[in-house]
Amino acid sequence: MSSLEIRELEVAYGGVAAVRGLSLDIAPGEIVGLIGPNGAGKSTTLHAIMGLVPARGGEIRFGDRSLRGRSPEAIARSGIALVPEGRRLFAELSVEENLRLGLAARPRSNGSDDALAEVARLFPIVEEYRHRHAGALSGGQQQQLAIARALVAEPSVLLLDEPSLGLAPTVVDLVFSTLKTIAERGIGVLLVEQRAQRTVALASRTHVLANGELRLTLTPADAADTDRMVAAYLS
Amino acid sequence: MSEFLRDAVDLQVQVDAIGLGAVFALMAVGIGLVFGVMRLVNFAYGQLIMAGAFALAYASDRDWPVGVGIALCFAVVLVLSLAMERVVFRPLRAQSAAVMLIATFAVAFLLQSIALLWFGPLGKTATSLVQLNRPVEIAGVDIRKITIVAIVTAAVCLLLLVALLNRTSIGLHMRAAAIDSQTARLLGVRANAVSMVSVLIAGALAAVVAVMLTVQYPTVTPTFALQETILVLAGVVVGGMTRLLSATLGGFLIGYVSGLLGGALPSSQSQYLPSFLFGLVILVLLVRPDGLFTRRRGLVERV
Repeated sequence: MSSLEIRELEVAYGGVAAVRGLSLDIAPGEIVGLIGPNGAGKSTTLHAIMGLVPARGGEIRFGDRSLRGRSPEAIARSGIALVPEGRRLFAELSVEENLRLGLAARPRSNGSDDALAEVARLFPIVEEYRHRHAGALSGGQQQQLAIARALVAEPSVLLLDEPSLGLAPTVVDLVFSTLKTIAERGIGVLLVEQRAQRTVALASRTHVLANGELRLTLTPADAADTDRMVAAYLS
Repeated sequence: MSEFLRDAVDLQVQVDAIGLGAVFALMAVGIGLVFGVMRLVNFAYGQLIMAGAFALAYASDRDWPVGVGIALCFAVVLVLSLAMERVVFRPLRAQSAAVMLIATFAVAFLLQSIALLWFGPLGKTATSLVQLNRPVEIAGVDIRKITIVAIVTAAVCLLLLVALLNRTSIGLHMRAAAIDSQTARLLGVRANAVSMVSVLIAGALAAVVAVMLTVQYPTVTPTFALQETILVLAGVVVGGMTRLLSATLGGFLIGYVSGLLGGALPSSQSQYLPSFLFGLVILVLLVRPDGLFTRRRGLVERV
């Protein structure tokens, strides 16, 4: 398992800076949170890691290699998986086909069946609704499928973009507890969230991002005070 | 008018029309597959068929065995397809649809000019398979062997393609890339591999079509298959470009209607055939701009 290290990352959209000098680390088995208002650069950071938008400056290192300038599929194949905002499932494909697509990032096909069986244990619904269209699942089930699809690749680092968006409270509980389980297996997790307090309570460190810059880093001890502290720093 | 109708329901005309529809359906698959995976309308598809037809004519000129001619046809079309993908499609993948379309126009005219320089405007003849034009009598109807061969070959090709798309992981990757290429790449699906495989399949189908068409039109000129390609492109749009099945049905339909009109129109009027066809195309598009065979996308599909 390798660490993901981001140093002085700069990303711009058509001359407008979206991420400025951002540095953060995700070690194996660690959950790192990233919170902040809309447009702060959270999703952009994830997109830059995955190679969807080019980094204008800085460095993204994974283990001993640089990810800058590599294609999204090469980055996925190197062991980083993204659960994108809005889940981006293939609605007209079956649950099983969606899962099998997750296998695309595995460098070799051996162990695929074990990986599929493993996520089925973690998310029983993907086994139960195997033959359904992914689009026919409820929002919570779709989110589980999206995470399962990322996990079958057995990534070293899992990036999640607002996985709790639009989910019922009980499902949010399920997603957060699953993330804990995932991290306990040695996977590094970078969690972008709107639910600030819960994220701070779960993650070993939570960075607060505003206008593309890291403003503040919180630890679980700050969970109860999250809203007040974030508000104070952003005002 | 009544004569027209009688000719149109004539069994022989029907069978020929289905045979033409089958060949057009294969071309529609070749165009639709590449469009699905790369969002690229390959106008140069007809020139691939033309190149394959010249390969067959070249082999028949030298009295090479039929099998060698067909192998040469496949080799030429596949190599050209790969070169096109590598040199033109891949570097332009991030560009707009208009840029890619114009680029394939350029490739089409380039290949056509090369053929003109190499073989001259009168072209060559490919005669090694003409005996397939002889009819066999089935239930009192004379059917040309090539019609049967075309229908069977098209059916086999389509079944093989469906099996590849539904039962292999590269097929799954192709379907995913056609639906949402960015998400597919995020999951590790290799865009280059997917586009190469779809271009190769489209190329293999172009080679099959080249073999079928040279049987019926043994004179191979630089504009060989050009009109068929334009008709198929229209058929693909009429059927519905966004799905392979609807595009294929559209290709079949325009081939079938074209065969029907060709068989039923008095020969003095057959020069108007394209006008009739494109008139129909315009009518259909006015009524169903998304395509005849597409269903309206529900909310569920648009997650």
